[in-house]
Amino acid sequence: MSSVTPAWTALSPALLLGLTGLALLLVDTIRPNERSNTSMAVVSALGALASLSVTVWFVVAGTGHADTGGAITLLEGAVKVDTLALFFTAIFASVTALVVVAAHDYFHDHQNPAAFYSLTLFAATGMALLAVANSLAVVFVALEMVSLPSYALVAFLKKNRGSVEAGLKYFLVGALSSAVFLFGISLVYAATGSLVFGEVASAVESLDALAGVAGIGIVMIVGGVAFKTASVPFHFWAPEAYEGAPAPVSAFLSSASKAAGFVVAFRVFTEAFPLGASVAAGIDWALAFAAVAAVTMTLGNFAAAVQEEVKRMLAYSSIGHAGYALIGLAALSTGSAGNEAVMGAAMAHLLVYGFMNTGAFLFVAMAERWGIGRTFEDYAGLARRAPVACTAMAVFMFSLAGLPPFAGFFSKYFLFMGAIENGFLWLAGLGAVNSVVSLYYYSRVVRAMFLDDPATPSALDAIDVRPTALYAAVVFAAVATVLLLPGFGPVIDAAEAAAAALF
Amino acid sequence: MILEALIGFTFLAALVVLLAPNAWAGRLAFALSAVPFVGSLYLWSRFDAVGNALTGGTIAFESRYEWIEVGGRTVSWFVGLDGISLPLVVLTTFLVPLAILSAWTPVDSRQSQFYGLMLFMEANLLGVFTALDFFLWFVFWEAVLVPMYFLIGIWGGPRRKYAAIKFFVYTNAASLLMFIGFMSLTFALGDSIGSLALPEITQAIADGGLETWFGISPGRMAMVAFLATFAGFAVKVPIVPFHTWLPDAHVEAPTPVSVLLAGVLLKMGTYALLRFNFTMLPEQASALAVPIAAIAVISVIYGAMLALAQKDLKRIVAYSSVSSMGYVILGLVVFTEYGVGGATFQMVAHGLISGLMFMAVGVVYNATHTRMVGDMAGMADRMPVTVGILVAGAFGYMGLPLMAGFAGEFFIFVGAFGAPALPYAPVFTALAMFGIVIVAGYLLSAMQKTLFGPFRLETDYEVGPAPFHDVAPLAVLLAAIIVLGVAPDVFFEMIRDAAMPVVEGVSVDV
Repeated sequence: MSSVTPAWTALSPALLLGLTGLALLLVDTIRPNERSNTSMAVVSALGALASLSVTVWFVVAGTGHADTGGAITLLEGAVKVDTLALFFTAIFASVTALVVVAAHDYFHDHQNPAAFYSLTLFAATGMALLAVANSLAVVFVALEMVSLPSYALVAFLKKNRGSVEAGLKYFLVGALSSAVFLFGISLVYAATGSLVFGEVASAVESLDALAGVAGIGIVMIVGGVAFKTASVPFHFWAPEAYEGAPAPVSAFLSSASKAAGFVVAFRVFTEAFPLGASVAAGIDWALAFAAVAAVTMTLGNFAAAVQEEVKRMLAYSSIGHAGYALIGLAALSTGSAGNEAVMGAAMAHLLVYGFMNTGAFLFVAMAERWGIGRTFEDYAGLARRAPVACTAMAVFMFSLAGLPPFAGFFSKYFLFMGAIENGFLWLAGLGAVNSVVSLYYYSRVVRAMFLDDPATPSALDAIDVRPTALYAAVVFAAVATVLLLPGFGPVIDAAEAAAAALF
Repeated sequence: MILEALIGFTFLAALVVLLAPNAWAGRLAFALSAVPFVGSLYLWSRFDAVGNALTGGTIAFESRYEWIEVGGRTVSWFVGLDGISLPLVVLTTFLVPLAILSAWTPVDSRQSQFYGLMLFMEANLLGVFTALDFFLWFVFWEAVLVPMYFLIGIWGGPRRKYAAIKFFVYTNAASLLMFIGFMSLTFALGDSIGSLALPEITQAIADGGLETWFGISPGRMAMVAFLATFAGFAVKVPIVPFHTWLPDAHVEAPTPVSVLLAGVLLKMGTYALLRFNFTMLPEQASALAVPIAAIAVISVIYGAMLALAQKDLKRIVAYSSVSSMGYVILGLVVFTEYGVGGATFQMVAHGLISGLMFMAVGVVYNATHTRMVGDMAGMADRMPVTVGILVAGAFGYMGLPLMAGFAGEFFIFVGAFGAPALPYAPVFTALAMFGIVIVAGYLLSAMQKTLFGPFRLETDYEVGPAPFHDVAPLAVLLAAIIVLGVAPDVFFEMIRDAAMPVVEGVSVDV
């Protein structure tokens, strides 16, 4: 398609998101009295869906694929649209659409929800740009474009102390890690003389005296990535932010924003610092990621197991899932034929995770809307009053735990198998053990909803509220989580094709 | 396409029932569940498989579509039937409508969810018994757990949550162990398999395709895989000492769920043992023949002794399942035509008989609200038909000739007594046969105490005959048990045909 249309149209998924955000902001500025929560939500959902449709169309048409002329580079190589970028853009757009639809009900009585929709879309634009970034400068700008709206989103309930406190914490840790990340970039620039991935990569091969400088820079970049993906040791903000933020924002951060961190990680570390050349220069980042992955998944899962609040449990389990996805980088080995498989599996896991985790947080949003409380006990007996939503939640929980009838089983299975094929038996084993631990706390939610009796007969009376849009979003996410199992073939094919673009 | 239609229809029926109003969900579920039964009868009438599906036999109703590729291996939707799976498919579709019928009286809340989950479980059970691709099979295998968890946890007795979670954790941990064992086997097969289809894996192992993997030699790898999968399935069966989840699950589960748990779910374990351990890894199985036979005999005797010590009728029936499953394992490990064939036959027979027993105990419980042997007496006066069938079922359990249980046990004993593959076969067989005596002992004494003599139960309502829809499934089951007992050949011919290649897989040097 690049032969008939200008090359910049390849950026249309990101542009559509950005334009929708701007349009919302414009309407809110010019006609502040005529905006309605519903029309705002509809417009942002349509914008996200338009972006998703274009992305899917590009994937189907093979834009950026090796068969149709390869990746499309723009702005002197600083931006590159390829299958990897499109794959992640599809995740961002889907999650954004789900979140804005759900937000419609969540902010039903909020004074000024317009800002929420435009901030979300701007953050999504930043994510879409992260996916196409091919230069460390663009990465940094796009990362900030994701982060700045996110700080505001976390603190969006400005009369809620938890929300504001979480926003502040998130902002402080975020600012620190941005500084670290930026310093890392400057060190890499100092050592290699370039910011564009391809040129950095060729310079890394011939590092001599500056290998140490580049090494420190790379370690700092690992730190920045760890912040965005909520991995140890930069994970401290995540439980606080996810818990304090409005639940749709938690869904957005823990699914889309996390995936955005991973697209940076996958691209930077395979294209700018190819493993072979890096190891030759004495920098084995795969080892660093192996350690981070192992600690992250273990810490996340064990911390999740002792939580008393569902939202906080989901926050820690989200850290655990970051650990699983990091296997995609950790289990790479120089020149191995299985690299594409394991990274593709990590990407497919992030896609499935986008639906099941977003769905889970949106269910929490629904519980908050109902006003029934946050602990496991508060969820007791919920299935009797809201069987459809609880069934959807059970699907999310079992899928997150990796039980077979649901898509989460496949994505974890492929991930662990890929790690084993690449020789990382211990990492896969640790992942499997963690999955068993996770079954414990995920099934606690199911048990509370379906098996336990409510503490008081009137405890669930608030549920007479029926938030239609939230329901729709939750059910849609559940259906997607189930259908991704039989339909996993195209997903893993697309993910492996996208991963192949990296090697 | 007919197997797809069968499974797909059942899934659809589950969905329809789930959305139906509570008032007539039970009737709708019963009507819909009759369709898969008719479908399986049609399968039976057109059945033309020869030999064992895993060892190169002709597979009936085979269909195979590529699904996804993992690590260079194809995973496909691959289903089909042979002489071992067809009887279990028929058993499943036969028991589910009866179990649904028996649920009309005891299940009095959230009916549409209950019957929807029952049908959802049936669909997955059909998947387990027809799938011929490991991956597909595992998806169905695990999917059975989810409805079972809810069925016990929501509609069960007072300790339902504990029982449901124990069931879930035990069997899920077992599945994981089995999964790891089996997957490491496929890794050790390396490039000699291009898919996860069971026939292909069986063939590759038989052709010596195992390679050294992570420094583990092929022989040791096969043994590790055998032990891991065996332990995993042993929990499901269950065999002593992995049986402790079973009495809890059974006692807390509502009657119709117990019927399916004992009737079909336990057979998943023995079916998988036969398919995976004894057909795929026959060498390891015969190398471990003595310990396995010992476990089988211990299960028989110990299960029977535990049953002897119980006061709760349902617990008695539950523990006796441990005992009966011991016979099945013994039949499998002897590797003779009658042993393996009898074990498969016993799976069906026990499915029917234990189903009948649980259902009959359930009917008595509906009337008296107690299952304790000491609390009731003289039930025969008040509900003569039910009690008559219960006694007949108990005789079936004891192995009275001309009933299905006799045929199964007889085949197993004939097959086991002179088995060349099992050292000390006559000793093991004789010890296992002793189990029958204990079974007769506890069943007769429990019957005597609860059913006969003067009526003695203090209730503030009239204890009388059970409604027709409670007794009808009992009568149908009893009829089936007698038919299978009189004419075991309706199934045994096809079972033997599929069992022979398994037996031939073991070359015995005597």
